[in-house]
Amino acid sequence: MAGQHQTPTAHHEPSFPWQYVIGYVLSLVLTVIPLWLVLDHVLTPTPLTIGILFCAVLQIFVQLFMFMHFTHGDGSGEPAYQTVVLSIGYFFTVVFAGASIWIMSFSSQVQ
Amino acid sequence: MNTVPHWGIFITEPMILGSDVLIVLTSVAIVFVLTKFKKWGWLWREWLTTVDHKKIGIMYLIAALLMLFRGGVDAELMRTQLALPNLSFLDAEHYDEIFTTHGIIMILFMAMPFIFALFNIVVPLQIGARDVAFPYLNAISFWLFFFGALLMNISFVIGGSPDAGWTSYPPLTELGFNPGPGENYYLLALQISGIGSMATGINFLVTILKMRAPGMTLWRMPLFTWSVLSSCVMILFAFPALTVALALLLLDRTLGAHFFTMLHGGNPMMFINLFWIWGHPEVYIVILPAFGVLSEVISTFSRKATFGYGSMVFALVAISIVGFLTWVHHFFTMGAGADVNLFFAIATMVVGIPTGVKVFNWLFTMYRGRIRMTLPMMWAVAFIPCFAIGGATGVMLAVAPADYQYHNSYFLVAHFHQALIGGAVLSLVAGMYYWWPKMFGFMLDERLGQWGFWFFNIGFYVCFMPQYALGLMGMTRRIYTYPAGLGWTVPNFISTIGAYMMGIGFLFIVWQILYSIKHGKRDVTGDPWDGRTLEWSLPSPAPHYNFATIPTIQGRDAWWMAKQGELDKKDFLPDKDDIKPIHMPKNSGRPFILSVSFFIIGLGIVFGVIPFEVIGGLGVAFCMFRRSFEYDTDYYVPVDEVIHTESALGRLQG
Repeated sequence: MAGQHQTPTAHHEPSFPWQYVIGYVLSLVLTVIPLWLVLDHVLTPTPLTIGILFCAVLQIFVQLFMFMHFTHGDGSGEPAYQTVVLSIGYFFTVVFAGASIWIMSFSSQVQ
Repeated sequence: MNTVPHWGIFITEPMILGSDVLIVLTSVAIVFVLTKFKKWGWLWREWLTTVDHKKIGIMYLIAALLMLFRGGVDAELMRTQLALPNLSFLDAEHYDEIFTTHGIIMILFMAMPFIFALFNIVVPLQIGARDVAFPYLNAISFWLFFFGALLMNISFVIGGSPDAGWTSYPPLTELGFNPGPGENYYLLALQISGIGSMATGINFLVTILKMRAPGMTLWRMPLFTWSVLSSCVMILFAFPALTVALALLLLDRTLGAHFFTMLHGGNPMMFINLFWIWGHPEVYIVILPAFGVLSEVISTFSRKATFGYGSMVFALVAISIVGFLTWVHHFFTMGAGADVNLFFAIATMVVGIPTGVKVFNWLFTMYRGRIRMTLPMMWAVAFIPCFAIGGATGVMLAVAPADYQYHNSYFLVAHFHQALIGGAVLSLVAGMYYWWPKMFGFMLDERLGQWGFWFFNIGFYVCFMPQYALGLMGMTRRIYTYPAGLGWTVPNFISTIGAYMMGIGFLFIVWQILYSIKHGKRDVTGDPWDGRTLEWSLPSPAPHYNFATIPTIQGRDAWWMAKQGELDKKDFLPDKDDIKPIHMPKNSGRPFILSVSFFIIGLGIVFGVIPFEVIGGLGVAFCMFRRSFEYDTDYYVPVDEVIHTESALGRLQG
């Protein structure tokens, strides 16, 4: 927007954003599956947890590639900051999910 | 106990009636003044629709100071109730509401807008940018925060405030125990302003990474900008956890889900886990920019470059990562097991190491510097012992077995006030004083400020030192009264005196601001403190496009190097032949309307009024739809106008 860019922003020829639509539908499907698994008591607790985590990880990939321009460079030769930030994000995602399971299982004494 | 919205509350409670009357009178006065002086158009054009980061920053600052007042009044009410045993100044329910709103307002509606004020005012000027990366989004962030705060504040007079603590733990906050609208207000207000906070985090992350002036590498960035970068990374990864926790609790309350109930497989401890995944990083989100302010202030007023720049940056980044791994120390007593508590206890102690590095670096920066004890420097120096004590008691609390004793006692209350007032507030006030001339173009009166400083800082120790003792004597937090004969009376009374002294200190600051608006010395130099970084190369206040020509940065603290003759000072002044039309974003009223729509949705969900939800929802959808098809979002400031402005400021070369 404002700033150093002195040339007017080029408005690309609008093409239908199929990628976003597919990503959106996939996200919805990957959200409905865990909901169905939980509501209809399809699986026992351990496979259920694994199933939900599996759908969650898949959905992360859908969002990264369909929405968040994970693979796009900006063409200016600057470092791809998004790769750095997303790696940190990945680390935190794993830590939050893993540690929450660890913390909430009251593993060592309380059952 | 809270009940369904009892509208009779308007006339039964004298304090609420008083607030109603005050609110109505103030609103009438504002409308009257705006109409009489024909200022409605000015308000709309210059402020409500602005996308200028400097104006948005000023609005954040005003909001933060107002909220500091509101939260401060809450604090004074609580301390008055606790001054002596068995007082009945506030009843239990009212006391609960007040400690809840005090916490929420001070953290989310005072500290957050205060740091965002400094982000907005300083960062683009420090890195040589003309605005933030997404100015329109920036306006949305502000107005979402504003209407979130408004939603929180009207709860007191319409329907009842939340009363389950600022942490809002279920099952107490579930419908069965807390049926009134109060908790809904909490959930919606935080959710709405949380969207704004997240957008601000993204906005400044991109601004800092992509919009620096040529030559300003990451290793030449001022430390305040580094601290904002670290803080933004934390916002990005911490706030989603809060969003999830609040959304699930809202589903429990409005749609009958059972995520955190005691029955049907719910687990209230999961809310606490999610809340603190956000809650602990939140402390660092607020305190990292405060650290950045200190680095700037101490280095400027010691006339030395900050000692150990590289280790400062390393410490910021380390805190922003390790700070994410400590959250369980808020609920050691849940009993997750010795292994869990051990891990988080050690992580909590580890995060003290980079913090200690920073404190020593500030001390070494002052060592053999030519120190000037101006107001910002006084607040910065007061920070160091205060925060050191707050940090030391924090490490005491981090010892998990000992925490079973300290947990929920006044020792904890004293600790986190020392960390947040001693850490965040002192340095944010230092930052406000430091950048005030840059924001408004005049200096604040030094003498009144010193009165404010001494009252506030002495009051702080008088208020909170006795609370450590009270905690060790067994006084738990959040009790609204206590019996005589426990030995708590004297420390409580002293603490209340301290709280009033802090209040007087705040009033001095307000007086100082009002006095200086009329009598303050104009800052015609643009560089009143003999500063080091790029913002001081601009006039005060900066023109709306900031830089007529973007300077090329050839070193760390480039403006200081130029003043020392190491670089050419003329590089920082615009040359007539170099001026080109300046590309700027257009103002828009849509962020304001969008946020009003969110506010209406919020009200609708709080009271379960479906028409409000529908109207607000349509408003949001309409605004987003219109934005999607808007292409005319920017304009060019013509060369003549830039030349005219710059020559009027006496800066034009050639």
